Amino acid sequence: MFDESVIKTIFGRLTWESFPVHEPILLVTFIVVMTLGLGIVAAVTKYKLWGFLWREWFTSVDHKKIGIMYMILGIIMLLRGFADALMMRAQQAIAFGASEGYLNSHHYDQIFSAHGTIMIFFVAIPLIVGLVNYVMPLQIGARDVAFPFLNNLSFWLTVAGALLVMVSLFVGEFSRGGWLNYVPVTNLQNSPDTGPDYYLWALQIAGVGTTLSAINMVTTIIKMRAPGMSMMKMPIFTWTALCSNVLAIAIFPVLTGAFALLMLDRYVGTNFFTNDLGGNPMMYWNLVWIWGHPEVYVLVLPVFGIYSEITSTFTGKRLFGYSSMVYATVVITILSYLVWLHHFFTMGSGASVNSFFGIATMVISIPTGAKIFNWLFTMYRGEIRYELPMMWVVAFMLTFVVGGMTGVLLAVPPADFVLHNSLFLVAHFHNVIIGGVVFGLFAGMDYWFPKAFGFRLDRFWGKVTFWGWVIGYWVAWTPIYIVGLMGTTRRVNHFDDPSLQIWFVIAAIGAVIILIGILAFVIQIAVSIINRDKLRDTTGDPWNGRTLEWSTSSPPPAYNFAFTPQVHDLDAWYDMKDRGAERPVKGFLPVHMPRNTGAGVILSGLAMVLGFAMVWYIWWLAALSAGALLIGGIIHTFNYNRDYHIPADEVAEQEDARTKLLAAGA
Amino acid sequence: MSAETVPDTTFFVTEEEHHDAGGATLLGFWIYLMSDALIFATLFATYGVLSGSFAGGPSPREIFELPLVALNTAILLVSSITYGFAMIAMQEGKLGGTKAWLAITGLLGAAFVGIELYEFSTLIHEGATPQTSAFLSAFFTLVATHGLHVSFGILWLVVMLVQLSQRGLHPENQRRLMCLSMFWHFLDVVWIGVFTFVYLLGVL
Repeated sequence: MFDESVIKTIFGRLTWESFPVHEPILLVTFIVVMTLGLGIVAAVTKYKLWGFLWREWFTSVDHKKIGIMYMILGIIMLLRGFADALMMRAQQAIAFGASEGYLNSHHYDQIFSAHGTIMIFFVAIPLIVGLVNYVMPLQIGARDVAFPFLNNLSFWLTVAGALLVMVSLFVGEFSRGGWLNYVPVTNLQNSPDTGPDYYLWALQIAGVGTTLSAINMVTTIIKMRAPGMSMMKMPIFTWTALCSNVLAIAIFPVLTGAFALLMLDRYVGTNFFTNDLGGNPMMYWNLVWIWGHPEVYVLVLPVFGIYSEITSTFTGKRLFGYSSMVYATVVITILSYLVWLHHFFTMGSGASVNSFFGIATMVISIPTGAKIFNWLFTMYRGEIRYELPMMWVVAFMLTFVVGGMTGVLLAVPPADFVLHNSLFLVAHFHNVIIGGVVFGLFAGMDYWFPKAFGFRLDRFWGKVTFWGWVIGYWVAWTPIYIVGLMGTTRRVNHFDDPSLQIWFVIAAIGAVIILIGILAFVIQIAVSIINRDKLRDTTGDPWNGRTLEWSTSSPPPAYNFAFTPQVHDLDAWYDMKDRGAERPVKGFLPVHMPRNTGAGVILSGLAMVLGFAMVWYIWWLAALSAGALLIGGIIHTFNYNRDYHIPADEVAEQEDARTKLLAAGA
Repeated sequence: MSAETVPDTTFFVTEEEHHDAGGATLLGFWIYLMSDALIFATLFATYGVLSGSFAGGPSPREIFELPLVALNTAILLVSSITYGFAMIAMQEGKLGGTKAWLAITGLLGAAFVGIELYEFSTLIHEGATPQTSAFLSAFFTLVATHGLHVSFGILWLVVMLVQLSQRGLHPENQRRLMCLSMFWHFLDVVWIGVFTFVYLLGVL
């Protein structure tokens, strides 16, 4: 037998007890995940797809492929995050009085922490980044983003973070400190376990990815727009993507800083957020919410852009009040940075400070309201086509307005003192995030899916998805608003008052209806793939769109545009169609493109190993992977051969095929 | 070519444009520096909040040695000037001069980090460790984060010296030297903030 200290040196604090084999729920989950995972690995191996996946996808620096991979990541993590939601709803529906339910508080705390963390960081962010990645360069007539390799690296860093969160399910445990890993719960003395460390490392790694991606997108929008596209001729989705990413650059470093300080507290024994030796836990709250509140707008601004594009396309009209929409977006971007303290009015910072933040919060509703009216006026006297994306827009307006109004209610400090940490608040932010961000993401996916794959999504299953989510949202969250208003607090796994049970049972039914919506979405994709020939679009412009992404083929060629479009009008593609622009059919030139590289996958893999080793105090492995990460990064800079030219005849071949398709369709 | 000179009926640019990839990199790097500045802002704010939380431990007046820090500040400022000379040599196409000035810059940077480490070890020997109080946690973290950035800059500089030896003043290398230049001067600016807010205001 080895000496105990040798084992400790090799495995850190990882022992057999770290694997939760005694937890039946986790064991079954583990078996299911492993069976599915091994099934996929076996299938990929059987059909010899590893080489294809590696060459064409994993190492790809094409913004379109990276965008699609982001979307796949987001959808997979949505299933995980929603499984957590169902478990919570089931627990709260049955745990009354003598019944303890099936989750003790130790587990319940991990589940709500994981649910929030996953839904924001690994569902909402990847889905938003994925759509921006896919659509924005096409909208501005660019051939790729400013830093294609960085784009690939950002994606894989996000994956590494997501994988670390998933690993925490089966090795050790996850944080019990809520979705922002609050101190003092997560101080070392209160949580000596691996939970907060998993959280911190996963989010630091993913956070670096998100920051790099934001820098990339902003540079792309500023530097790579097609000729003639001045700032005020930029499509509104690109505008919102710009504001969202500028905001991300302004806030993610603060989160990185706050997490780094908590890491120092936990690993080195410093006293930033401790309760003794001068530490100040509220400093952590301030820092994470300086990130946290603007983050809501990082997510919702691009979604407002999606709604704008869709409203304008499906009413066949130019967007009403384009410039007011732009200014509203910019104003929201700035104001969102000035409201963080409304998340803890109860901290006791005094009436003047609370008034400032309360009023600043309420002021945000003015530009947001302006946007709602702009959409309504765009629809007014338009020829509205109720395709799937447009249905989501209407559902969003009806749902989101309620969430906005409860938000204004919560912004009143005296009301907030009553409602702080109540389920009313939980209902409010689910109202704006589901009714705003999630609905918008589905709208965006229905809208741009034909661009990415060349066929539409199935309408029937799309409608089931739509009604599942919309009805499910209202059934699930109205009761939570009600019990919240009556004073029920959040993050509780057991209630004593039996009169509340009926509301939680209704909420659980609502969650099941949402589940139908989610399953219908998966079915929708499968059915659409099976029926792809029937749903095929050969024009590249299935919705009669107005912006440049619809001017190229679906899916677009690797180089996006054989010739860079010249922009004269805000609705550049509509203008081209309107004035009979001829698509050039000859004289193609070689296209300069970036080369694929595996460096992103390798560096992110090393980052993940580093995170795992640090979580488990396996110092030798941490040192090794950190060293490898540094050396790997340096080796990558010695590669000067990063681009190539697509030969002119290859371009001509692809463009001729499109010419034939267009002629056949006409 | 400005938008006005393009005829209204031109919808496609039919010649290959030569867009300036270097310009995008410099802008991207600028934005990165701004995000890094926000990390420092976070650390400055934390230091500001915790700078009075001595928890019975030493106060700035008792532990800071201004002459040493002044010397260190001078070294770092001079290294910015020598980096500037390296860039002038680069623009004149002098490979040898560029490398020589870069090497001098790197040595000055190493001296800065060395003196900082000496200061840290003295403090720790006196019992003023990062664990002693929130003030010292914030102090060590802010100053060490800057020091870590300088160390990373030195490593980058060494890599650049190797790459310059391999490929000379390749446009790619010139672009990288410009980014490193911005990084180096940025760290100088941050240090002036550290020197003023942490050391001077702590002792005065």
